[in-house]
Amino acid sequence: MPLVSIRDVRKSFGALEVLKGVSLEVEKGDVVAIIGRSGSGKSTLLRCINGLEAYQSGAILADGIEVGGLHANLRELRRHVGMVFQQFNLFPHLTVAGNVMLAQTVVNKTPKKEAREIAAEVLAKVGLSEKMDAWPSQLSGGQQQRVAIARSLAMRPKVLLCDEITSALDPELVNEVLRVVEQLAKEGMTLILVTHEMRFARDVGTKLVFMHHGRVHEQGAPKEVFAAPKTPELQQFVGSVA
Amino acid sequence: MLYKLEFGDLLPYWDVLLQGLVFTIVLTVVSTVAGIAVGTAGASARTFGPAWLGRVVVVYVELIRNTPFIVQLFFIFFGLPAAGVTLSETTAAFIAMVINLGAYSTEIIRAGIQAIPKGHIEAGVSLAMSKWEVLRHIVLNQAFRKIYPALSSQIIIVMLGSSVVSQISAQDLTYAANFVASRNFRNFEVYLLAALAYLLLAMLTRSLLRGLGRIIFKAE
Repeated sequence: MPLVSIRDVRKSFGALEVLKGVSLEVEKGDVVAIIGRSGSGKSTLLRCINGLEAYQSGAILADGIEVGGLHANLRELRRHVGMVFQQFNLFPHLTVAGNVMLAQTVVNKTPKKEAREIAAEVLAKVGLSEKMDAWPSQLSGGQQQRVAIARSLAMRPKVLLCDEITSALDPELVNEVLRVVEQLAKEGMTLILVTHEMRFARDVGTKLVFMHHGRVHEQGAPKEVFAAPKTPELQQFVGSVA
Repeated sequence: MLYKLEFGDLLPYWDVLLQGLVFTIVLTVVSTVAGIAVGTAGASARTFGPAWLGRVVVVYVELIRNTPFIVQLFFIFFGLPAAGVTLSETTAAFIAMVINLGAYSTEIIRAGIQAIPKGHIEAGVSLAMSKWEVLRHIVLNQAFRKIYPALSSQIIIVMLGSSVVSQISAQDLTYAANFVASRNFRNFEVYLLAALAYLLLAMLTRSLLRGLGRIIFKAE
């Protein structure tokens, strides 16, 4: 059974239909890179997967939980589906460790001591062991984003959604974040990324999804798709970003 | 003609004045704690609660913020008995103060809540936190930091405004001053003394609140 299964999902904001029947299967261990122009529905699709946005028809099953159901257990779902945002969204009133420990102690009821050990472990994974007791405002953008990744990892998600996580970063800080994501991919973490980093999508992705006007326009193995895009829209898109 | 100050004439009434001062302090402390609790609940309901509850809060806030405090006080003390609710002057004073600060602090705290970036709420929700957990651990926590100075000012306004409760003979500092003046006719002295007491109290409250803020909201 796929870890995430999206079937014919439609979503409108008022009169504007942003997802016009999207279907997608994500297997455990997949690294899915979603690319496309702004307004093509990539971020909306990602936000539908963990229930941040509701959709009007179709179905999304994530880790066996029906996301859009009337009585969907979104809380249970989100324990297994982590999300990292473009704007980091660290909580400024908590230290780095506090950020990583909050959901563990509040949601999982993990004792403080154990939560701190887990925080130390995930912060080591993103290379920020020495920043445990720093405040978010003392960190660079790249460091903040790595803390945000660690914060999600502390909940032991089965899949991590990344919504343009390097788009708000200065160019020289992009790589440190991408390296962390690449390492996660190597360790077998299932990832769904909306990204503008084409090289990363090609080299690290196991699956490439090109969205256009609210539909999956073309998909396949990243290297093949980039080498020989079939549709003129993707040809044009690849041409414009290369 | 020169007026000869006779502060000595106030001495026999020191206990009355002290009792009034203590009443004013207690009234302020209790209504601050309860009023902020009401304000927190009101602001949370308006921003995170169901729509109907939000509308109830709007009516409450507008009703209180657009009528004079003394009228609210008179309604509670003199008006409510007609509806079968008779309260002592002390109880009426406390209730009126809490209702009043509750409405103003609802608006102040709501402003703080609205200043929290939506992304923080989404981040919390994405970490499987419930709406109330997000409100408590992420939103209110940050909101109070932002509005603490405004809330501190409102507490001082309410403390000074509490002098109005003397009008229903709740025995606060102003009531005590009125009482003394009516006995020895030393209006100048006694009201000067009362003014100084309020001034000191306000300054003391401000620095206490500032110190408290430093302890609660550690550096970031």
